[in-house]
Amino acid sequence: MDAILEFAWLLIRIVLYTLLPLILLVAYYTYAERRVIGAMQARIGPNRIGPWGLFQPFADVIKLLLKEIILPKEANRYLFLIAPILSIAPAFAVWAVVPVGEGMVWADLNAGVIYILALSSMGVYGIILAGWASNSKYALLGAMRSAAQVVSYEIAMGFSLLGVLVLAGSLNLQEIVNAQAGGMLDWYWLPLLPMFAIYIIAGLAETNRAPFDMAEGESEIVAGFHVEYAGAAFAVFFLAEYANMILISALTAIFFFGGWLSPFEGWAFLGDSWLRQSSVFWFMGKLAFFMFNFLWIRATFPRYRYDQVMRLGWKVFIPITMVWVLVAAMFVFNGIVVRGA
Amino acid sequence: MNKVIRYFKSLMMIELWQGLGVTFKHMFKPKFTVFYPEEQIPKSNRFRGIHALRRYPNGEERCIACKLCEAVCPALAITIDSEMRDDGTRRTTRYEIDLFKCVYCGFCEESCPVDSIVLTDFADFHMEDPKESILDKQQLLALGDRFEESISKNRQQDAAYR
Repeated sequence: MDAILEFAWLLIRIVLYTLLPLILLVAYYTYAERRVIGAMQARIGPNRIGPWGLFQPFADVIKLLLKEIILPKEANRYLFLIAPILSIAPAFAVWAVVPVGEGMVWADLNAGVIYILALSSMGVYGIILAGWASNSKYALLGAMRSAAQVVSYEIAMGFSLLGVLVLAGSLNLQEIVNAQAGGMLDWYWLPLLPMFAIYIIAGLAETNRAPFDMAEGESEIVAGFHVEYAGAAFAVFFLAEYANMILISALTAIFFFGGWLSPFEGWAFLGDSWLRQSSVFWFMGKLAFFMFNFLWIRATFPRYRYDQVMRLGWKVFIPITMVWVLVAAMFVFNGIVVRGA
Repeated sequence: MNKVIRYFKSLMMIELWQGLGVTFKHMFKPKFTVFYPEEQIPKSNRFRGIHALRRYPNGEERCIACKLCEAVCPALAITIDSEMRDDGTRRTTRYEIDLFKCVYCGFCEESCPVDSIVLTDFADFHMEDPKESILDKQQLLALGDRFEESISKNRQQDAAYR
């Protein structure tokens, strides 16, 4: 009995501390996206519902939930309905190993990076099944594009994480963060600069965001894999996409920007002020910065052509990351970067 | 050598950074958005919005049922029936405009010998039932009464160029 109660209490805490804030963050991320991209296009964006349009996301959610979920006649019913769940579940499950602060993590896995790579590869099943089960040519094309893109960029992403692992000497995310201690010049973005850039760009491709949103490609294939989805089922795909963007931002902050560490850690002249303390707020700030990057990039660049995406992934990113793994190993070998410290 | 420079440029993503700079700068520039219902941009005095039938200052309707507008209408949106009124003048008994057919070309206004049918500068109209698309004589006269001020002002301003 006690075990059951304890388990229930754990579930409640997970929902309260991780899922609910995550969903709220997604809601306000969509709002921020519309405002930021609006501002960059010399528009204003939603500003009618509530002060400065702050209730807009809730209006959108209510609208989506009240809409009918349309089941196409030729669709495979079960796969069609299970696909959104398959895409949202990994997007949420990855957060189990993401530390937002010192010790603030649900599962302190020793193989955290492997877990993350495994689950982020799972997300593509939802997309493929959604495209296939819809029984529509646009959805199928979008799903195929998306699958090919995610698979090829995962390699570049994995290799750039390999650089982090070489320097940190650990697969545990907390240890990776602690290995970067010492101020912003000790974070891994500096020794791994090309990998940092490639990780961000591959992250865009992984989440099917502009300029790599071939899977959506509204000018060519309408909306890609979720073209047949409506109402709540569509909302779930939407949630998964934005949760993945937030996840990639969080991981970039952890792997390359020192997670919750303060950028001014080693600056003695700042005295004992809060600026030198590492705290969860630094993590939030870094998260916000990388999340803003997604929107900024979307507002700036036009969509890549499909063959260009493949060329960039296979012929540019993978060779660069492979070479830089060796360079990172050289750094460690020559003592330029001390492993794990 | 040029090829090397080009490779270097694309590796450093120089042009991409320039693009990002442009969008970042625009984020802080003043916006062009007009808050539409509260704020409106100025309209030309030749603006062709919803139709109206005008009256003389003494309250007599201008339309003499010559049917020129009905004849000139390229979309066949105007329907007119006429009869002799008690005082011996010819007047319309029916004057209907189908707003779905109308293309807002303004030929009816051009053809009218007594400046009766006009296109006002009022554009913010809507209907909640397809049947409401047909404006009858009473509605058109009411529109004329409602917008007489702006109609006559716009016609005056434009008079010098006609």
